Amino acid sequence: MASYILKRLLAMVPTLLGVAVLIFVLLRVVPGDVVEARYLAQGSQFQSQDLMNQERAKLGLDQPLWKQFTTWMTGIARLDFGLSMWTGSPITEEIKLRFALSLQLAIMASLLAQLLAIPLGILAAVKQDTWVDYAVRVFSIAGLATPSFWLGILMILFMLIVFKWVPPMVFTPFWVDPWQNLAQLIWPALAVGYRYSAVGTRMMRSAMLEVLREDYIRTARAKGLWLKLILTRHALKNAILPVLTIMSLEFAFLLGGLVVTEQVFNLNGLGMLFVQAIAHRDYTLTQALVMLVATFFLFVNFFVDIAYAWIDPRIRYR
Amino acid sequence: MAANPQTVDELTRTSAPRAGWLGAVVDFVRCRPLGAIGALLILFMVAMAATAGLLAPYNPLENDYAAMLSAPSAEHWLGTDAYGRDVLTRILYGSRTALMVGLGASLLGASFGSLIGVASAYFGGRIDLFVQRIMDVLFAFPVIILALVVVAVLGTGAGNVILAIAAPMVPRCARVVRSSALSVREMPYVDAARASGFGHPRIILRHMLPNVMAPILIMATAFLGEAILLEASLSFIGLGVQEPTAAWGLMLRGAAVEFAETAPWMAIFPGLAISLGVFGFNLFGDSLRDALDPRLRTQ
Repeated sequence: MASYILKRLLAMVPTLLGVAVLIFVLLRVVPGDVVEARYLAQGSQFQSQDLMNQERAKLGLDQPLWKQFTTWMTGIARLDFGLSMWTGSPITEEIKLRFALSLQLAIMASLLAQLLAIPLGILAAVKQDTWVDYAVRVFSIAGLATPSFWLGILMILFMLIVFKWVPPMVFTPFWVDPWQNLAQLIWPALAVGYRYSAVGTRMMRSAMLEVLREDYIRTARAKGLWLKLILTRHALKNAILPVLTIMSLEFAFLLGGLVVTEQVFNLNGLGMLFVQAIAHRDYTLTQALVMLVATFFLFVNFFVDIAYAWIDPRIRYR
Repeated sequence: MAANPQTVDELTRTSAPRAGWLGAVVDFVRCRPLGAIGALLILFMVAMAATAGLLAPYNPLENDYAAMLSAPSAEHWLGTDAYGRDVLTRILYGSRTALMVGLGASLLGASFGSLIGVASAYFGGRIDLFVQRIMDVLFAFPVIILALVVVAVLGTGAGNVILAIAAPMVPRCARVVRSSALSVREMPYVDAARASGFGHPRIILRHMLPNVMAPILIMATAFLGEAILLEASLSFIGLGVQEPTAAWGLMLRGAAVEFAETAPWMAIFPGLAISLGVFGFNLFGDSLRDALDPRLRTQ
């Protein structure tokens, strides 16, 4: 097991290096750079070339590409992500609060999604091919089809018209004022969680259907066990594994993938930051964000695999 | 299908598939009612796109400042937007954008992805390992982040959006198709083709690809709905299709949110169009998967 864990951790290095090279190269292909973007933002695009080159030199943009890349990589190796090219402040400072917001939103959305997905999926499987099953399936496919940003707009609209109230628009960290924090984040979490529960519901249903056909379930039924007990004690344990896998993979994507929902609810999360960073041609910040999201994804993947072996003793890794 | 046929009539009705395409349609509707609803929604959307020029009561690009933000009425069934453009007209024309981007992106993504997947499985060894590592790298990007990077490189507009949406689909399709192609590679007919001295491209395209068509079709239809959704998302944040083109995501942008309280029709109807369109493709895709993939078929 220990050697397996080590092997998996080492295998992440080339993938992350690939991600780093890819985003580094792609960003340099994007037309314009941060200096031009700043002058454009100030409304004066006709700056003297000398002045702009001076600015570039200050940011290290005049260095050859391989040198810029090695500087960045050695920085990462020392856990130093450098300064944002746009604001000039340390990237860790820029990201910190937004990471907290995005992570909290991702956790809340996935908790809500699981609360919805697991019971619904079981219900649909037990009542297969009845109207209950159809209703659950339509509900979950509708969840996949509804854009979460539109659902967000409808929620805000509904609350505005019915309750004359809109969720707070300024982010308060949970540790400052939990109520204020939840009052803001519960809505985007619901909008995203509904869509994301659909994935889980479908997986739960099909996994449950498969397990319910197993011999040991028939044995349990034959000896007259309660259906409720069979479902919770016997079937769920085996059926929940694929559901947890697919939901944690989706969870990993939620961290950086909520660009649009954040826009609707005016949340300054990682997604919004990413869009701004690209628009500003802020190479260092964009790179750091991509690396953060990719690392998070790889680690979630890794933990899922480890958890698999831990939950299911039949699986052993070498 | 009835689980337990009781009468002779019921037995004969559920037995052999009907002949002819009409019979096939009837069978599909009977066995997969949800899929039939999906197909109906898709047909409706295609019809909308095809006849937008005839049906639409107004010009989708023409501003009418006298009728700005007017509520649904006899003249404007679904109301007008902040420029006085008819919402119904723009929804009708928007189906063209959605279908074009959706079909374009899923075709492009699925064909590139499946080609890479099949070739990677066919060559095996180091090539396979190398391709898989590259796919792992692409996989580590969330879909929307990869799409946003591609848009940043290429610029906005419908054509570039197609490429941006296809990009994240390539590794996803390649992975699924590769795993199917791995078992196809071991088939005797592939050995036979190799023994006959056919070149690699011919074996890949003519012998292997047709035999992994089922997973490719499943992936492509699943992508279609997702691509339409992604286009709407990109257009909504202003990084997809640009004004004044009629696109559903774009219609929800800006004024639709600002004036949501006074002019809710601007926010409600285009979103409804997106949801129904994607819903149709998802329902149809699900049924198609059930029909084509015996492993996932529910007895």
